[in-house]
Amino acid sequence: MIELPALGWQSIVIFVVFALSLLIATYCTYAERVIAAFLQDRVGPDRAGPYGLAQPLADAVKMFTKEEFFPGGANKALFVFGPCLAMITALMSSAVIPFGNIMNFGNNLFFLQGIEVNIGMLWVFGVVSLGVYGVMIGGWASNNKFSLLGAIRAASQNISYELAMGMALIAVLMISGTLSLREITLQQSVAGEWHAWNIVKQPLGFIIFLVCAFAETNRTPFDLPECETELVGGYHTEYSSMKLGLYLFSEYVNIFVVSAVMSVLYFGGFNFPFQYELRDWFVSNQGWELASAQNLITLLGTVGLFLKIFAFIFFFMWIRWTLPRFRYDQLMRLGWTILIPLAVFNIVLTGGLILAGVI
Amino acid sequence: MQLTNRAKVLEKKPMTLAERAYLPAIFQGLSITMRHFFMKKATVRYPEEVRPFSNTFRGLHVLKRDEQGRERCTACGLCAVACPAEAITMVAGERKKGEEGLYREEKYAISYEINMLRCIFCGLCEEACPKAAVYLQPDKMAPPRYERDEFIYGKDRLVEAVSPDERSVRGIQLTPDQATTLRGKLQQA
Repeated sequence: MIELPALGWQSIVIFVVFALSLLIATYCTYAERVIAAFLQDRVGPDRAGPYGLAQPLADAVKMFTKEEFFPGGANKALFVFGPCLAMITALMSSAVIPFGNIMNFGNNLFFLQGIEVNIGMLWVFGVVSLGVYGVMIGGWASNNKFSLLGAIRAASQNISYELAMGMALIAVLMISGTLSLREITLQQSVAGEWHAWNIVKQPLGFIIFLVCAFAETNRTPFDLPECETELVGGYHTEYSSMKLGLYLFSEYVNIFVVSAVMSVLYFGGFNFPFQYELRDWFVSNQGWELASAQNLITLLGTVGLFLKIFAFIFFFMWIRWTLPRFRYDQLMRLGWTILIPLAVFNIVLTGGLILAGVI
Repeated sequence: MQLTNRAKVLEKKPMTLAERAYLPAIFQGLSITMRHFFMKKATVRYPEEVRPFSNTFRGLHVLKRDEQGRERCTACGLCAVACPAEAITMVAGERKKGEEGLYREEKYAISYEINMLRCIFCGLCEEACPKAAVYLQPDKMAPPRYERDEFIYGKDRLVEAVSPDERSVRGIQLTPDQATTLRGKLQQA
């Protein structure tokens, strides 16, 4: 592994990664409304700015100018801390996602990644699992029985689906033999072939991971933590103004992060088909230097990764406006009696295939 | 306890494997929504974009003038009688000397009101009118308002406008007393 400077050019990359995840999450709110409208034969937001593109800004202004409200008997510090924690954990996990390969300018190496650590997957998983505290604290501090019920539902749901998610992940780690997201990505690119993506080796694991990702981000059909009919709203019943905004916003950051993780783990991250052939073509036919050709490939790979991420985000929204909510016992049954045994089966299958030398 | 003989025994078949796996149904649902993604939108951007009205559309009322710019309405009250919602009220007055250019007949409506909150836009007033004075416009809707009294349309908003100046003098909704006063002023001028 290459030693990275703590400060310097790399910090610009960290800033860009941070700003990018915020920006994309912001426009997820717009995308959600537009996609929802299109799926329902409507036009969608179009008043603020061209095609309604200033809508997130308008939403932010609205959120900021709404009344700050604290329920009686609520623990104020925890009440404010809850949405902050949800947001922090959502943003923190985007730090280790490799958004691109290495850029090479002379002797300066840029990692298009917040921080490169060799426990990347463990970090994402640990931080994402902390996210449930944000919901739990919010529901507890509201001093509202409905909110508490919503929070408890969220906690039990997130924890049960985290188990299946982790087990689906183990199969990937068994193949790659590393926890570093960059390593996992690089292993999925083999010169001369493009189907080295993990989705080919792990179709079952991917489906399990996908379902759990929906449950982890509290998206439909697993959005039981919030429920207008039984819980008058859910864990954020008592929240108003930007505190509610943070909760809703952290959901979109989570979607972005989970989409990125899925793209990296199963869809080859910043790799795209025939990248080595393209690089060699630039070098041999156009007379480029190897480093600059590689830089171009890196940039194209970053664009490719974002296309994959956007496709996943679209899929998240597509599902949301198609499927209805689960009933809670169905949700638990799916998690414990179907997904976890399937994930265990997947681990055994993967182990057998590795022993047999197939993958 | 059995009350009737009409009760049906519901048959609950066990679900097939495909039904229990849910995935085919989910994919079916996804394909349906994706088809709708590319469909023509059912909504329009309303204030900028207006749908064409149907041929039989009956919209906002108008009190017509004749070809010389005189009000056709003679305040006969047939429209008010024909109105099933009782939305039309009017006060009739006698045309004075010098007003021949304003009103077509000797009798005219000093005030003419339609309550748009009561009106059901059936068009019976239009059919009842012997003077071809009241029409329901085929291309104009009663616009939204915030106050209830703004829905009571007087002559200022019903009578077909000739020019802004003339309308400002004549079109205001008047009580008989006010009309007399105004008539005196008009004759002086």
